[in-house]
Amino acid sequence: MNYITSLLVAGLLLFGGSTTDYNGLKVGDAAIDFNLRNVDGDMVSLTSNADAKGYILVFTCNTCPYSKMYEDRLIDLHNKYADQGYPVLAIQPNSSEKSPGDAYPLMQERAKDKGFPFAYVMDETQETTKAYGATNTPHVYVLNKEGSSFNVAYIGAIDNNSRDASKVTRRYVEEAVDALMADESVSTTDTKAIGCTIKWAN
Amino acid sequence: MRGNIRFIDMQKRIMACVVILSFVGLMAACSSGPPYEEPKVIKWASLDSLMNHDTEKLRVINFWATWCAPCIKELPYFEALHAESHEQVDVTLVSLDFEDEFEKRVLPFVEKRDLKARVLVLDEIDYNSWIDKVDTTWTGAIPATLIINPSNGKRKFLEKEMTQEELTALVEEMKN
Repeated sequence: MNYITSLLVAGLLLFGGSTTDYNGLKVGDAAIDFNLRNVDGDMVSLTSNADAKGYILVFTCNTCPYSKMYEDRLIDLHNKYADQGYPVLAIQPNSSEKSPGDAYPLMQERAKDKGFPFAYVMDETQETTKAYGATNTPHVYVLNKEGSSFNVAYIGAIDNNSRDASKVTRRYVEEAVDALMADESVSTTDTKAIGCTIKWAN
Repeated sequence: MRGNIRFIDMQKRIMACVVILSFVGLMAACSSGPPYEEPKVIKWASLDSLMNHDTEKLRVINFWATWCAPCIKELPYFEALHAESHEQVDVTLVSLDFEDEFEKRVLPFVEKRDLKARVLVLDEIDYNSWIDKVDTTWTGAIPATLIINPSNGKRKFLEKEMTQEELTALVEEMKN
Protein backbone atom coordinates (compact mmCIF):
# COMPACT_ATOMS: atom_id res chain seq x y z
CA MET A 1 0.00 0.00 0.00
CA ASN A 2 2.81 2.35 0.94
CA TYR A 3 4.51 1.60 -2.33
CA ILE A 4 1.38 2.28 -4.36
CA THR A 5 0.69 5.47 -2.43
CA SER A 6 4.20 6.72 -2.93
CA LEU A 7 4.02 5.93 -6.64
CA LEU A 8 0.75 7.79 -6.96
CA VAL A 9 2.07 10.73 -5.01
CA ALA A 10 5.23 10.77 -7.07
CA GLY A 11 3.21 10.54 -10.25
CA LEU A 12 1.02 13.36 -9.09
CA LEU A 13 3.93 15.54 -8.15
CA LEU A 14 6.49 14.80 -10.74
CA PHE A 15 5.03 13.75 -14.01
CA GLY A 16 3.39 15.77 -16.63
CA GLY A 17 3.51 19.39 -17.41
CA SER A 18 5.17 20.53 -20.53
CA THR A 19 8.73 19.67 -21.31
CA THR A 20 10.89 22.71 -21.28
CA ASP A 21 13.72 22.83 -23.74
CA TYR A 22 16.90 24.24 -22.30
CA ASN A 23 19.99 24.29 -24.35
CA GLY A 24 22.10 22.97 -21.51
CA LEU A 25 25.46 21.26 -21.63
CA LYS A 26 26.60 18.83 -24.31
CA VAL A 27 29.26 16.16 -24.10
CA GLY A 28 32.64 17.90 -24.41
CA ASP A 29 31.45 21.15 -22.82
CA ALA A 30 33.06 22.51 -19.67
CA ALA A 31 30.79 21.91 -16.68
CA ILE A 32 29.39 24.88 -14.83
CA ASP A 33 30.34 25.15 -11.17
CA PHE A 34 27.79 25.83 -8.45
CA ASN A 35 27.56 26.42 -4.74
CA LEU A 36 24.70 24.42 -3.27
CA ARG A 37 23.71 23.38 0.23
CA ASN A 38 24.34 19.77 1.17
CA VAL A 39 22.11 17.85 3.58
CA ASP A 40 24.79 18.34 6.29
CA GLY A 41 24.44 22.12 5.96
CA ASP A 42 27.75 22.68 4.17
CA MET A 43 27.98 24.39 0.80
CA VAL A 44 29.32 22.16 -1.97
CA SER A 45 30.89 23.04 -5.30
CA LEU A 46 32.90 21.12 -7.88
CA THR A 47 36.08 22.53 -6.38
CA SER A 48 35.18 21.55 -2.78
CA ASN A 49 36.82 18.19 -3.24
CA ALA A 50 40.46 18.83 -4.12
CA ASP A 51 41.08 15.15 -4.84
CA ALA A 52 38.29 14.80 -7.40
CA LYS A 53 39.41 13.73 -10.87
CA GLY A 54 35.82 14.05 -11.92
CA TYR A 55 32.29 13.47 -10.67
CA ILE A 56 29.31 11.26 -11.20
CA LEU A 57 26.92 14.19 -11.03
CA VAL A 58 23.31 13.06 -10.79
CA PHE A 59 20.11 15.08 -10.73
CA THR A 60 17.84 13.00 -8.54
CA CYS A 61 15.21 13.41 -5.87
CA ASN A 62 13.32 11.78 -3.00
CA THR A 63 10.00 11.20 -4.68
CA CYS A 64 10.40 9.89 -8.23
CA PRO A 65 9.87 6.11 -8.39
CA TYR A 66 12.81 5.84 -10.81
CA SER A 67 15.09 7.79 -8.49
CA LYS A 68 14.16 5.48 -5.64
CA MET A 69 14.95 2.43 -7.72
CA TYR A 70 18.45 3.83 -8.26
CA GLU A 71 19.32 4.91 -4.68
CA ASP A 72 21.17 1.70 -3.84
CA ARG A 73 22.93 1.72 -7.20
CA LEU A 74 24.14 5.29 -6.59
CA ILE A 75 25.51 4.22 -3.20
CA ASP A 76 27.33 1.33 -4.93
CA LEU A 77 28.71 3.64 -7.61
CA HIS A 78 30.04 6.03 -4.99
CA ASN A 79 31.58 3.20 -2.96
CA LYS A 80 33.25 1.85 -6.08
CA TYR A 81 34.55 5.08 -7.59
CA ALA A 82 34.93 7.76 -4.88
CA ASP A 83 38.31 6.45 -3.75
CA GLN A 84 39.45 6.39 -7.35
CA GLY A 85 38.64 10.08 -7.71
CA TYR A 86 35.09 9.97 -9.15
CA PRO A 87 32.59 10.47 -6.31
CA VAL A 88 28.83 10.68 -6.76
CA LEU A 89 27.42 14.17 -6.25
CA ALA A 90 23.62 14.25 -6.15
CA ILE A 91 21.66 17.41 -6.88
CA GLN A 92 17.97 17.63 -5.99
CA PRO A 93 16.45 19.78 -8.75
CA ASN A 94 12.72 19.85 -7.97
CA SER A 95 10.88 22.87 -6.65
CA SER A 96 9.80 21.94 -3.12
CA GLU A 97 6.71 24.04 -3.68
CA LYS A 98 5.68 21.82 -6.59
CA SER A 99 7.00 18.67 -4.99
CA PRO A 100 6.74 18.96 -1.19
CA GLY A 101 8.31 15.52 -0.72
CA ASP A 102 11.55 16.96 -2.06
CA ALA A 103 11.87 19.75 0.51
CA TYR A 104 15.30 20.18 2.13
CA PRO A 105 14.39 18.67 5.55
CA LEU A 106 12.99 15.61 3.77
CA MET A 107 16.18 15.33 1.72
CA GLN A 108 18.10 15.31 5.00
CA GLU A 109 15.80 12.60 6.31
CA ARG A 110 16.17 10.46 3.19
CA ALA A 111 19.96 10.82 3.14
CA LYS A 112 20.07 9.74 6.79
CA ASP A 113 17.68 6.81 6.33
CA LYS A 114 19.58 5.49 3.32
CA GLY A 115 22.99 6.42 4.72
CA PHE A 116 24.02 8.27 1.57
CA PRO A 117 27.83 8.29 1.52
CA PHE A 118 27.78 11.10 -1.07
CA ALA A 119 26.75 14.77 -1.03
CA TYR A 120 23.04 15.38 -1.66
CA VAL A 121 22.57 19.07 -2.38
CA MET A 122 19.50 21.21 -3.03
CA ASP A 123 19.25 23.38 -6.15
CA GLU A 124 16.94 25.90 -4.52
CA THR A 125 16.87 28.34 -7.45
CA GLN A 126 16.96 25.59 -10.12
CA GLU A 127 19.59 27.69 -11.92
CA THR A 128 22.18 24.91 -11.92
CA THR A 129 19.65 22.40 -13.23
CA LYS A 130 18.69 24.76 -16.04
CA ALA A 131 22.31 25.52 -16.86
CA TYR A 132 23.10 21.82 -17.17
CA GLY A 133 19.94 21.17 -19.16
CA ALA A 134 18.75 18.33 -16.95
CA THR A 135 15.15 17.34 -17.69
CA ASN A 136 14.44 14.15 -15.79
CA THR A 137 15.36 12.39 -12.57
CA PRO A 138 17.64 10.54 -12.38
CA HIS A 139 19.75 12.32 -15.00
CA VAL A 140 23.53 11.75 -14.92
CA TYR A 141 26.43 13.93 -16.06
CA VAL A 142 29.82 12.23 -15.79
CA LEU A 143 32.47 14.93 -15.45
CA ASN A 144 36.19 14.56 -16.03
CA LYS A 145 38.82 17.00 -14.82
CA GLU A 146 41.05 18.22 -17.62
CA GLY A 147 43.47 20.91 -16.52
CA SER A 148 41.49 23.25 -14.33
CA SER A 149 38.07 22.53 -15.79
CA PHE A 150 35.61 19.69 -15.40
CA ASN A 151 34.39 18.54 -18.79
CA VAL A 152 31.23 16.60 -19.58
CA ALA A 153 32.09 13.07 -20.73
CA TYR A 154 28.71 11.38 -20.58
CA ILE A 155 25.04 12.44 -20.24
CA GLY A 156 22.08 10.19 -19.63
CA ALA A 157 20.86 7.12 -17.80
CA ILE A 158 22.73 5.14 -15.13
CA ASP A 159 22.15 1.77 -16.79
CA ASN A 160 19.62 0.02 -18.99
CA ASN A 161 17.27 -1.58 -16.47
CA SER A 162 15.64 0.71 -13.93
CA ARG A 163 13.41 -2.03 -12.56
CA ASP A 164 15.89 -4.79 -11.88
CA ALA A 165 19.57 -4.15 -11.21
CA SER A 166 20.33 -7.85 -11.63
CA LYS A 167 19.16 -7.74 -15.24
CA VAL A 168 21.26 -4.78 -16.31
CA THR A 169 23.26 -5.46 -19.47
CA ARG A 170 24.68 -1.96 -20.05
CA ARG A 171 26.23 0.06 -17.22
CA TYR A 172 26.56 3.37 -19.03
CA VAL A 173 28.00 5.33 -16.09
CA GLU A 174 30.49 2.63 -15.11
CA GLU A 175 31.54 2.22 -18.73
CA ALA A 176 32.18 5.95 -18.99
CA VAL A 177 34.13 6.24 -15.72
CA ASP A 178 36.16 3.10 -16.47
CA ALA A 179 37.08 4.55 -19.86
CA LEU A 180 38.12 7.88 -18.30
CA MET A 181 40.27 6.15 -15.70
CA ALA A 182 41.94 4.08 -18.42
CA ASP A 183 42.45 7.26 -20.43
CA GLU A 184 40.34 5.85 -23.23
CA SER A 185 37.51 7.53 -25.08
CA VAL A 186 33.98 6.93 -23.77
CA SER A 187 32.13 4.76 -26.30
CA THR A 188 28.53 5.62 -25.37
CA THR A 189 28.45 9.33 -24.54
CA ASP A 190 24.69 9.98 -24.67
CA THR A 191 21.63 8.04 -23.63
CA LYS A 192 18.15 9.12 -22.60
CA ALA A 193 17.66 9.55 -18.89
CA ILE A 194 14.37 7.77 -18.38
CA GLY A 195 12.52 8.96 -15.34
CA CYS A 196 10.34 11.69 -13.93
CA THR A 197 10.05 15.18 -15.33
CA ILE A 198 11.80 17.78 -13.21
CA LYS A 199 9.20 19.95 -11.46
CA TRP A 200 9.88 23.60 -12.18
CA ALA A 201 8.74 26.44 -9.95
CA ASN A 202 6.34 28.83 -11.62
CA MET B 1 -58.47 -13.99 -6.35
CA ARG B 2 -58.31 -15.34 -9.94
CA GLY B 3 -58.02 -11.81 -11.24
CA ASN B 4 -55.13 -11.18 -8.96
CA ILE B 5 -53.23 -14.28 -10.12
CA ARG B 6 -53.82 -13.34 -13.73
CA PHE B 7 -52.52 -9.87 -12.97
CA ILE B 8 -49.33 -11.29 -11.43
CA ASP B 9 -48.92 -13.62 -14.45
CA MET B 10 -49.25 -10.66 -16.72
CA GLN B 11 -46.65 -8.77 -14.71
CA LYS B 12 -44.27 -11.71 -15.04
CA ARG B 13 -44.83 -11.85 -18.78
CA ILE B 14 -44.23 -8.15 -19.15
CA MET B 15 -41.08 -8.44 -17.06
CA ALA B 16 -39.84 -11.33 -19.22
CA CYS B 17 -40.51 -9.28 -22.34
CA VAL B 18 -38.65 -6.32 -20.89
CA VAL B 19 -35.69 -8.54 -20.00
CA ILE B 20 -35.61 -10.11 -23.49
CA LEU B 21 -36.03 -6.78 -25.22
CA SER B 22 -33.31 -5.10 -23.19
CA PHE B 23 -31.00 -8.04 -23.89
CA VAL B 24 -31.66 -7.75 -27.62
CA GLY B 25 -31.14 -4.01 -27.33
CA LEU B 26 -27.86 -4.55 -25.51
CA MET B 27 -26.68 -6.97 -28.19
CA ALA B 28 -27.53 -4.44 -30.87
CA ALA B 29 -25.74 -1.71 -28.96
CA CYS B 30 -22.67 -3.92 -28.56
CA SER B 31 -22.48 -4.93 -32.20
CA SER B 32 -22.58 -1.31 -33.35
CA GLY B 33 -20.01 -0.13 -30.75
CA PRO B 34 -16.24 -0.11 -31.12
CA PRO B 35 -14.61 -3.54 -30.96
CA TYR B 36 -13.05 -4.32 -27.60
CA GLU B 37 -9.64 -5.93 -27.20
CA GLU B 38 -8.37 -7.47 -23.98
CA PRO B 39 -5.36 -5.64 -22.50
CA LYS B 40 -2.11 -7.48 -23.05
CA VAL B 41 1.65 -7.32 -22.60
CA ILE B 42 3.60 -6.73 -25.81
CA LYS B 43 7.19 -6.43 -26.99
CA TRP B 44 8.60 -3.67 -29.21
CA ALA B 45 7.90 -5.55 -32.47
CA SER B 46 4.14 -5.39 -31.83
CA LEU B 47 4.21 -1.66 -31.18
CA ASP B 48 6.42 -1.15 -34.22
CA SER B 49 3.97 -2.97 -36.47
CA LEU B 50 1.07 -1.07 -34.92
CA MET B 51 2.84 2.23 -35.69
CA ASN B 52 3.59 1.19 -39.24
CA HIS B 53 0.37 -0.67 -39.97
CA ASP B 54 -1.09 0.21 -43.34
CA THR B 55 -4.55 1.49 -42.52
CA GLU B 56 -6.98 4.21 -43.48
CA LYS B 57 -7.47 5.18 -39.86
CA LEU B 58 -5.59 7.90 -38.03
CA ARG B 59 -3.45 6.24 -35.33
CA VAL B 60 -3.38 7.83 -31.90
CA ILE B 61 -0.89 6.23 -29.51
CA ASN B 62 -0.81 7.53 -25.96
CA PHE B 63 1.99 6.56 -23.56
CA TRP B 64 0.92 6.43 -19.91
CA ALA B 65 1.22 4.50 -16.65
CA THR B 66 -1.08 3.75 -13.73
CA TRP B 67 1.24 5.64 -11.37
CA CYS B 68 1.32 8.81 -13.53
CA ALA B 69 -1.38 11.21 -12.33
CA PRO B 70 -1.34 13.62 -15.32
CA CYS B 71 -1.62 10.60 -17.62
CA ILE B 72 -4.68 9.37 -15.75
CA LYS B 73 -6.17 12.83 -15.96
CA GLU B 74 -6.05 12.85 -19.76
CA LEU B 75 -7.15 9.21 -20.28
CA PRO B 76 -10.87 10.16 -20.48
CA TYR B 77 -10.11 12.38 -23.50
CA PHE B 78 -8.58 9.42 -25.34
CA GLU B 79 -11.48 7.23 -24.25
CA ALA B 80 -13.96 9.78 -25.60
CA LEU B 81 -12.04 9.95 -28.88
CA HIS B 82 -12.20 6.17 -29.13
CA ALA B 83 -15.93 6.07 -28.33
CA GLU B 84 -16.88 8.81 -30.75
CA SER B 85 -14.47 8.36 -33.64
CA HIS B 86 -13.42 4.70 -33.67
CA GLU B 87 -14.39 4.42 -37.32
CA GLN B 88 -11.86 7.06 -38.36
CA VAL B 89 -9.40 6.95 -35.46
CA ASP B 90 -7.56 3.99 -33.95
CA VAL B 91 -6.68 4.71 -30.31
CA THR B 92 -4.04 2.72 -28.40
CA LEU B 93 -3.09 3.32 -24.78
CA VAL B 94 0.47 2.05 -24.31
CA SER B 95 1.19 1.57 -20.62
CA LEU B 96 4.77 1.82 -19.40
CA ASP B 97 3.89 0.07 -16.17
CA PHE B 98 6.31 -2.70 -15.35
CA GLU B 99 5.39 -6.00 -16.93
CA ASP B 100 5.42 -7.77 -13.54
CA GLU B 101 2.61 -5.46 -12.39
CA PHE B 102 0.29 -6.22 -15.30
CA GLU B 103 -2.10 -8.36 -13.26
CA LYS B 104 -1.65 -6.59 -9.96
CA ARG B 105 -2.05 -3.00 -11.18
CA VAL B 106 -2.88 -2.61 -14.85
CA LEU B 107 -5.80 -5.05 -15.20
CA PRO B 108 -7.59 -3.83 -12.04
CA PHE B 109 -7.05 -0.25 -13.22
CA VAL B 110 -8.52 -0.94 -16.67
CA GLU B 111 -11.50 -2.64 -15.05
CA LYS B 112 -12.08 0.07 -12.47
CA ARG B 113 -11.88 2.85 -15.05
CA ASP B 114 -13.82 0.78 -17.56
CA LEU B 115 -11.33 1.58 -20.32
CA LYS B 116 -12.61 0.58 -23.75
CA ALA B 117 -9.74 1.66 -25.96
CA ARG B 118 -6.96 -0.84 -26.68
CA VAL B 119 -4.55 -1.10 -23.71
CA LEU B 120 -1.09 -2.56 -24.29
CA VAL B 121 1.67 -2.85 -21.70
CA LEU B 122 5.04 -2.42 -23.38
CA ASP B 123 7.50 -4.84 -21.82
CA GLU B 124 10.76 -3.20 -22.93
CA ILE B 125 12.72 -1.98 -19.89
CA ASP B 126 15.77 -1.03 -22.00
CA TYR B 127 14.17 2.25 -23.07
CA ASN B 128 17.23 3.45 -24.96
CA SER B 129 16.83 0.52 -27.37
CA TRP B 130 13.46 1.75 -28.67
CA ILE B 131 12.57 5.24 -27.50
CA ASP B 132 14.16 7.05 -30.45
CA LYS B 133 12.14 4.87 -32.81
CA VAL B 134 8.96 6.38 -31.39
CA ASP B 135 10.41 9.87 -31.66
CA THR B 136 13.95 11.19 -31.46
CA THR B 137 12.84 14.21 -29.41
CA TRP B 138 11.29 12.12 -26.65
CA THR B 139 13.22 12.51 -23.37
CA GLY B 140 11.35 9.56 -21.89
CA ALA B 141 8.84 11.37 -19.69
CA ILE B 142 5.11 10.65 -19.82
CA PRO B 143 2.42 11.47 -20.73
CA ALA B 144 3.40 11.49 -24.38
CA THR B 145 1.32 11.04 -27.50
CA LEU B 146 2.13 10.01 -31.06
CA ILE B 147 -0.35 10.64 -33.87
CA ILE B 148 0.20 9.09 -37.29
CA ASN B 149 -1.79 9.61 -40.46
CA PRO B 150 -0.88 6.52 -42.52
CA SER B 151 -2.49 7.92 -45.67
CA ASN B 152 -0.06 10.84 -45.98
CA GLY B 153 2.74 9.72 -43.61
CA LYS B 154 2.31 12.72 -41.33
CA ARG B 155 3.51 12.17 -37.74
CA LYS B 156 3.23 14.34 -34.69
CA PHE B 157 4.75 13.63 -31.27
CA LEU B 158 3.91 15.54 -28.11
CA GLU B 159 5.61 15.02 -24.76
CA LYS B 160 3.08 16.77 -22.58
CA GLU B 161 -0.27 16.51 -20.88
CA MET B 162 -3.11 17.50 -23.20
CA THR B 163 -6.47 19.09 -22.63
CA GLN B 164 -9.53 17.70 -24.38
CA GLU B 165 -9.57 20.74 -26.69
CA GLU B 166 -5.91 20.28 -27.61
CA LEU B 167 -6.46 16.62 -28.43
CA THR B 168 -9.54 17.34 -30.54
CA ALA B 169 -7.74 20.11 -32.44
CA LEU B 170 -4.70 17.91 -33.00
CA VAL B 171 -6.79 15.04 -34.36
CA GLU B 172 -8.56 17.42 -36.75
CA GLU B 173 -5.24 18.90 -37.87
CA MET B 174 -3.77 15.46 -38.50
CA LYS B 175 -6.73 14.22 -40.52
CA ASN B 176 -5.76 16.51 -43.39
